[in-house]
Amino acid sequence: MEGGFGSDFGGSGGGKLDPGLIMEQVKVQIAVANAQELLQRMTDKCFRKCIGKPGGSLDNSEQKCIAMCMDRYMDAWNTVSRAYNSRLQRERANM
Amino acid sequence: MADMGEADQAELQRLVAAEQQKAQFTAQVHHFMELCWDKCVDKPGNRLDSRTENCLSSCVDRFIDTTLAITNRFAQIVQKGGQ
Repeated sequence: MEGGFGSDFGGSGGGKLDPGLIMEQVKVQIAVANAQELLQRMTDKCFRKCIGKPGGSLDNSEQKCIAMCMDRYMDAWNTVSRAYNSRLQRERANM
Repeated sequence: MADMGEADQAELQRLVAAEQQKAQFTAQVHHFMELCWDKCVDKPGNRLDSRTENCLSSCVDRFIDTTLAITNRFAQIVQKGGQ
C-alpha cells in the first residue's frame, strides 16, 4: 500500500505524522460520538414525553410529537449550553 | 507511532488537551439536559417559550450552586470528623 500506516494518520513522505491532520480525524470521531450520545438521550426523553400506552404502531399525533420534541430538545440543548458557558465565564471573571 | 518531532508532539498534546476540555463541556451539557429537561419542559410545542428558557438557564445555575453547597458543607463535615 502506498504510504502505509503513516499516511493514514496524516503523514507525508518519509512517514512523518502531522498533528493538524491527526486532530482533524480526532475531531470527527468526537463529533460522531457526541451525535450518538445526543440521539440516544433525545430518543429516551421523547419516547417518555410522546408515547403513552404503546399501541400497535406510532399514530399520527405520536409522530408529530416526536418531530416537535426533537426540535425542542435541540433548542433546549442550545439554551443549556449558553447558560453553562455564561456561568463558566462569570466564575472565571471572579477568580 | 512513527516519526514526530518534539515540537509536533508538544503541539499535538496542546491540541488534544483543548479537545478534551471541549468534550468535558459537552458531557456536562448532556448531564444538565438529563435533569433540566424533565424539570422544565412539559409537552413539546412549536417553540420553547420564555418561561421554559428561563427554567433551563436557572436549572444550570442552581445545579452548579448545589454542587458548590454540597462540596463546601461536606468539607466542613469531614473537617469536624477529623477532630
